[in-house]
Amino acid sequence: MERNMTQIALFAALIAALGLIPSLTLAFGVPITAQSMGVMLAGAILGARRGALAVLLVLALVALGLPLLAGGRGGLGVFVSPTAGFLAGWLAAAFVIGLIVKRLRAGPLAVTVTLASVVGGIGVMYAFGILGMSIVLDKTLAECAVLVMAFVPGDIIKAVLTGLITQALARSRPASILSRH
Amino acid sequence: MISLTSPVETWAHRIPAGAKLLALPFLTLALFLTGRPWALAAALLVIVLLYLSGGAAFLRQGAGHLRMLWPFLLLIAVWHSLTGQMQAGLVVALRLLAALALANFVTMTTRLSDMIGVLTWLLAPLRRIGLPTRAVELAIAMVLRFTPMLVENGHRLAMSWRARSRRKPGWRIVVPMAALALDDADHVAEALRARGGILNDIPDGRS
Repeated sequence: MERNMTQIALFAALIAALGLIPSLTLAFGVPITAQSMGVMLAGAILGARRGALAVLLVLALVALGLPLLAGGRGGLGVFVSPTAGFLAGWLAAAFVIGLIVKRLRAGPLAVTVTLASVVGGIGVMYAFGILGMSIVLDKTLAECAVLVMAFVPGDIIKAVLTGLITQALARSRPASILSRH
Repeated sequence: MISLTSPVETWAHRIPAGAKLLALPFLTLALFLTGRPWALAAALLVIVLLYLSGGAAFLRQGAGHLRMLWPFLLLIAVWHSLTGQMQAGLVVALRLLAALALANFVTMTTRLSDMIGVLTWLLAPLRRIGLPTRAVELAIAMVLRFTPMLVENGHRLAMSWRARSRRKPGWRIVVPMAALALDDADHVAEALRARGGILNDIPDGRS
């Protein structure tokens, strides 16, 4: 009970910290926010339930008025912004990633986690994001899908990095991949 | 951790947080149901006056929080001038500005302690059916405490990386950051258990 709670809280803090550190946003010289990678990691490492709860905790604190999103954004305004759907998508993404990592045991961990992150962190998350954008901007789903395509390559990089980070963590701390327990 | 509450004290700071949070979803829904540009323009004007009632500094602060919208406003402007549906574009732009400004107004005029008060009140029924709501409150406090600490960890790891390598520290630094976070989670869990766990309430006056 205590351990579950502290893991959820510490991963929520990690998601927030990854959004605050600008020096970590560089991957292959491309500036991308590491925050959504934190969401993928929460699902891949903590598992579906705890990963989604860590994301929920971050979103709750953002709603309470804390600037925990990348670029110091926060407050209730972000939940009516065009990107609000992506925040809802974070929840689903962490859950789906955790679920896939738990169920899919074949192959190396890095590949499984990358695959899970592509399905959950891109497929599922963009579905929510595009839906939210289409409501707020009053455009069709297809039109919004075209608008967000530019961000897919960056997220594919993050999915691969999530796989590599999770595998490195599994090597240094074999017990830490709680999604597999 | 500093909340986005405005340090400029306005009359709206004194309105109960629960009332503001209850009104917000209804007003936002109204903004999204209205398709008339003049109604949305009037709503936006009222919201600007709300901000202005807090003084010029408060208005400037509020406008600063809307900066994230400009790429979207630019997109709407280009899109709708290409399709020729200028009125539809105006509706979307006005609604976006009004909805965001209104929600930010509530955030800017409500203290973190009042927000947490509302959350605690909302969680009270869950406590009655046996859910550990104390864990939620403790988890919130922990995130507030540990976020700056993990940022600090990141900076220290980046510094030691630079001491060893000429290349920039990249994504690899997230591995020890996550490992340290998991270690901290274990340590705090042990410390909590040693103090009687989160389910046992500490009696009043002995905290």
